[in-house]
Amino acid sequence: MSLWEYANPKKFLALSGKVLPWVSGLALACLVIGLVWGFFFTPEDYRQGATVKIIYLHVPAALMAINSWLMMLVASLIWIVRRHHVSALAAKAAAPVGMVMTVIALVTGAIWGQPMWGTWWAWDPRLTSFLILFLFYLGYMALWDAIENPDTAADLTSILCLVGSVFAVLSRYAVLFWNQGLHQGASLSMDAEENVADVFWYPLLVCMAGFVLLFLALVLLRTRTEIRARRIKAILARERAA
Amino acid sequence: MIALLRRDLALAVRAGGGFGLGLAFFLIVVVLVPFGVGPETPLLTAIAPGVLWLGALLACLLSLDRILALDWEDGSLDLMATSPLPLEGVVTIKALAHWVTTGLPLVLAAPVLGVLLNLPGPGYPWLTLSLALGTPALSVLGTFGAALTVGLKRGGLLLSLLVLPLYVPTLIFGAEVARRGAAGLDPMTPLLMLAGITCGTIALLPFASAAVLRMNLR
Amino acid sequence: MLVKASDLAIARGGVPVLEGLSFALGAGEALILRGPNGAGKTTLLRTVAGLQPALSGTLEVAEESVAYAAHADGLKSMLTVTENLSFWASVFGQSSIEAALDRFNLRSLADRQAGTLSAGQKRRLGLARLLVTGRPLWVLDEPTVSLDTASVQLFAAAVRAHLAGGGAALIATHIDLGLEARVLDVTSHKAVHRDIPGGFEEAFL
Repeated sequence: MSLWEYANPKKFLALSGKVLPWVSGLALACLVIGLVWGFFFTPEDYRQGATVKIIYLHVPAALMAINSWLMMLVASLIWIVRRHHVSALAAKAAAPVGMVMTVIALVTGAIWGQPMWGTWWAWDPRLTSFLILFLFYLGYMALWDAIENPDTAADLTSILCLVGSVFAVLSRYAVLFWNQGLHQGASLSMDAEENVADVFWYPLLVCMAGFVLLFLALVLLRTRTEIRARRIKAILARERAA
Repeated sequence: MIALLRRDLALAVRAGGGFGLGLAFFLIVVVLVPFGVGPETPLLTAIAPGVLWLGALLACLLSLDRILALDWEDGSLDLMATSPLPLEGVVTIKALAHWVTTGLPLVLAAPVLGVLLNLPGPGYPWLTLSLALGTPALSVLGTFGAALTVGLKRGGLLLSLLVLPLYVPTLIFGAEVARRGAAGLDPMTPLLMLAGITCGTIALLPFASAAVLRMNLR
Repeated sequence: MLVKASDLAIARGGVPVLEGLSFALGAGEALILRGPNGAGKTTLLRTVAGLQPALSGTLEVAEESVAYAAHADGLKSMLTVTENLSFWASVFGQSSIEAALDRFNLRSLADRQAGTLSAGQKRRLGLARLLVTGRPLWVLDEPTVSLDTASVQLFAAAVRAHLAGGGAALIATHIDLGLEARVLDVTSHKAVHRDIPGGFEEAFL
């Protein structure tokens, strides 16, 4: 029995139906433990005070914002190469989740940035990259919505995802270059997580696990919905043709 | 292929507006900017390279949906897909025709409009060079977007949404070349990056555009 | 053999429309497709022309042999009749458009812009395009739409000359062209839905 058999919609529905409650429960548990631990049982940072605690939302969201696009890229490649419909639908399902993660990362970043740097927004390379990533998500989802034929939509969005990935990486480097070019020797360090102490690190790890599981649960749920929507569409099309 | 290029250029000339519209739009954007930010010369000098690049990019965007949509409507694309021309060649020629009719006039007009924004003297050659190197990438990327949205009735807005994020690296490096040139700094690094992006785009993206076009013709 | 289909099934927008199609065309042969609107004739022609893949079955078409003409003629209204034809001639690597102009009685219109032609004249120009492709297999979708009786005769004569010259034609049409041709009625090949045992499969059907 090969792994690819789960690419069959029916098998996928059966398996994901069994797995989904566990993943959801585990996600909830991790998030509750991680956030409560992080918010109430860690010391305040000697420089940043209590504001540092937004890290437990900010960093996991940012992590998933990027990994969700990566997952879409892998799913798109599987669709192009092996043409498993579930794979294309999973990519479609992941896009809005990834977009919301990007928004969470941007908003929590702004809220964190206000007391720290005295500004809601700075054209820092990292922030700007996320804004561009957000635009890529928007375009990807808009293309899915615009095309009637689901197979054509899957084909076109897969190619867009591929080309978009290349340009997202290019943009990342371009933005890094651009801002260094503007502010030689910037004095503001925005890499807060690079010198995180263990006390903050462990609850953060739990939160990240929680976000990964939450993402997985949401994508599974949405993929199941997409499969059913697709089936309804196919049945309707068949009845029209009959 | 030559015949296709000749036909597209002839059509652009005869249909009129092809050259003129993009250029007029470029002019209007550049004229509107001082109204928006105020007439102070130092400020205009500082933002001139960026505004000129952005104006050229938007003017380029304006005509993207015409690259393939007209040939789609009258059935030419179907016929070309069944002809000996490879679709990769067709999209490359289409992008080239778009560049000749839109990008090239913008490159030539940019220095003139630079005067309006008090672009400093050393900036002119670098601005022109960066646009000449960057606008072909804009046309090729635009053709990819046009191929993605060719079957859609109101694809214009979607096309902008898809293409603009792809324009980010080209805009950043292109404007950086012009800005450094205007400030008298060494623009070599962004210039090489810009040239690299343009070459890579021209070399690889037609395959994606042709693949997408084939999917849309099905 | 220019085209050979066996047990061919085709789909439009992911929904199977025709199945169990088997036909073959050699030099000098023509096949007329008939069937009600929406039966899938256009889809079949597009499949033969290589614009879309077949759902199942085999379809062999000789390389670089198809000249396809659909509802849209692929004409540019800003170009003259001569320019339109010359463009397609050079795309297909042919040089002369004279024969095509004469065959479809377009000589007197040669310098008119295609946009100023009547619907029937445009159609004649679209059909003249077939002659400048130099390709043996004509795949035609409702070629006689908006043609008057005299022009239909011109077209039928052109098809006959093409067949006599070793060509072949696959034509979807509702009118009688007076050709020596076999007829394939696609109505009897309508795809029927079969329930796959064990529920819905990869294609969601």
